[in-house]
Amino acid sequence: MSEEISLMKGNEAIAHAAIRYGVDGYFGYPITPQSEIIETLMEEAPWKTTGMVVLQAESEVAAINMVYGGAACGKYSMTTSSSPGISLKQEGISYMAGAELPCLIVNVQRGGPGLGTIQPSQADYFQTVKGGGHGDYKLITLAPNSVQEMADFVALGFELAFKYRNPAMILTDGVIGQMMEKVKLPEFRRRRTNEEVRAQCPWATLGKIPGREPNIITSLELDSALMEKNNERFQAKYRVLEEKEVLYEETQCDDADYLLVAFGSAARICLKTIEMAREEGIKVGLLRPITLWPFPTKVLNRYADKVKGMLTVELNAGQMVEDVRLAVEGKIPVKHYGRLGGIVPTPDNVLDALKEKCFHR
Amino acid sequence: MLQEIVISGFGGQGVLSMGKILAFSGIMEDKEVSWFPAYGPEQRGGTANVTVIISDKPISSPVVNKYDIAIVLNQPSLEKFENTVKPGGVLIYDGYGIHKKVQRSDINVYRINAMDESMKMNNTKVFNMIVLGGLLKISPMVEVENVMEGLRKSLPERHHKLLPMNEEAILRGMEIIELEQEAE
Repeated sequence: MSEEISLMKGNEAIAHAAIRYGVDGYFGYPITPQSEIIETLMEEAPWKTTGMVVLQAESEVAAINMVYGGAACGKYSMTTSSSPGISLKQEGISYMAGAELPCLIVNVQRGGPGLGTIQPSQADYFQTVKGGGHGDYKLITLAPNSVQEMADFVALGFELAFKYRNPAMILTDGVIGQMMEKVKLPEFRRRRTNEEVRAQCPWATLGKIPGREPNIITSLELDSALMEKNNERFQAKYRVLEEKEVLYEETQCDDADYLLVAFGSAARICLKTIEMAREEGIKVGLLRPITLWPFPTKVLNRYADKVKGMLTVELNAGQMVEDVRLAVEGKIPVKHYGRLGGIVPTPDNVLDALKEKCFHR
Repeated sequence: MLQEIVISGFGGQGVLSMGKILAFSGIMEDKEVSWFPAYGPEQRGGTANVTVIISDKPISSPVVNKYDIAIVLNQPSLEKFENTVKPGGVLIYDGYGIHKKVQRSDINVYRINAMDESMKMNNTKVFNMIVLGGLLKISPMVEVENVMEGLRKSLPERHHKLLPMNEEAILRGMEIIELEQEAE
């Protein structure tokens, strides 16, 4: 066993990866099934080593606004929560999108609506990729399917967020958050100095330098002509993201007659379904969107010319299925299979659904 | 090699930590592992279970519906998991916690009187390690020395004095597990 390999939960991997990435501030509030993130950070006490601030705020609303403050200074700032807590953060997320502030938010989803249950769910897909907060904005959304990706996507999320000055979210769920797997944590990076932050983020409000115009961070613009210009700038940025930053993974798609489309934990379950289906001679592959926004629209459209149908598998009542249908432009049937309220389907449930919905048997 | 295992019992019996020790031993041998707990509102005295998968290849789903091995340590666990054992698979139960008989005849059933044995050893805390020993006797998916090495690595130094007691418990478990029924 290599010394670099650890066994840990997805939630713990996020905490360790944040310290190692050189995150400046974590602001959170406990909620199952993601409390191990703040617990691990408190145990590791990075304020003694890297100088990273770890703060349990008085509420989720306070936490996201602390993230806003840190991000306005160009600092690597993050928060984590689970579905009901993420709902509380939506105003802050919209404000950050409007003020073009980069940050990382993690949603370890649980079953809803309302307080719902603490079991795994993917029912916040719409909230994440279609808005959540008010206004025409987009949230860069990464969907890890393993403990390793939980660790790796901390860096990826911050890189994309800072490259495009936009909030990024890791959208995961109780399966990936609570399960333990092997993980190789990223190398330690030291936190940036204020000079390095100024160089990377000339827009940051780190104190005015003589001779420079003041930096203003705000989402408020009462002149609607100027507000339209702001929106056009955001939209132009979103089009670049859609062009350049789409990530997805194909498994056994080459010879597939049918495609399963699933993200995160559901995609892991589908991998096993594929093994079972192929043993029965059913040629099925898996297209796993890694970025849920920007969505892999083009690749799905191309597969619509090759396969007979698609089945989305989601831990919800049918949300991503709408984006898949938009992507294939009616060329092939797209069905949905999901379990609700915290129930996790098993690989044979998915295989039965595939047979029933795609083969009518 | 692919072993899909469920371990289920009362909260507080050491079900989750036994699974973790097994998973950690797996990575000591450079195997792929996954450990997924039922993390509902479980509490001491309630039911707890964990799915552990150990494989030579990358693991697809951490959630499965059929198991190669089910370890059931109380009556509700037997009722929940008896029908999830693959035909020809293994069910291990603790004689203290289970009073109704196993119904299926197409699985191998092993009995381990781990609770009684732990009481004889004056240490009910090693109960789960006795069960682990029994498991490794009938399905040696990891080496006992790697289990011990894994414990040494994962436990803080101040707990290392407990290691010999745990090793003794594993070895005792290997001795006392009994085949009760061979699959038809």
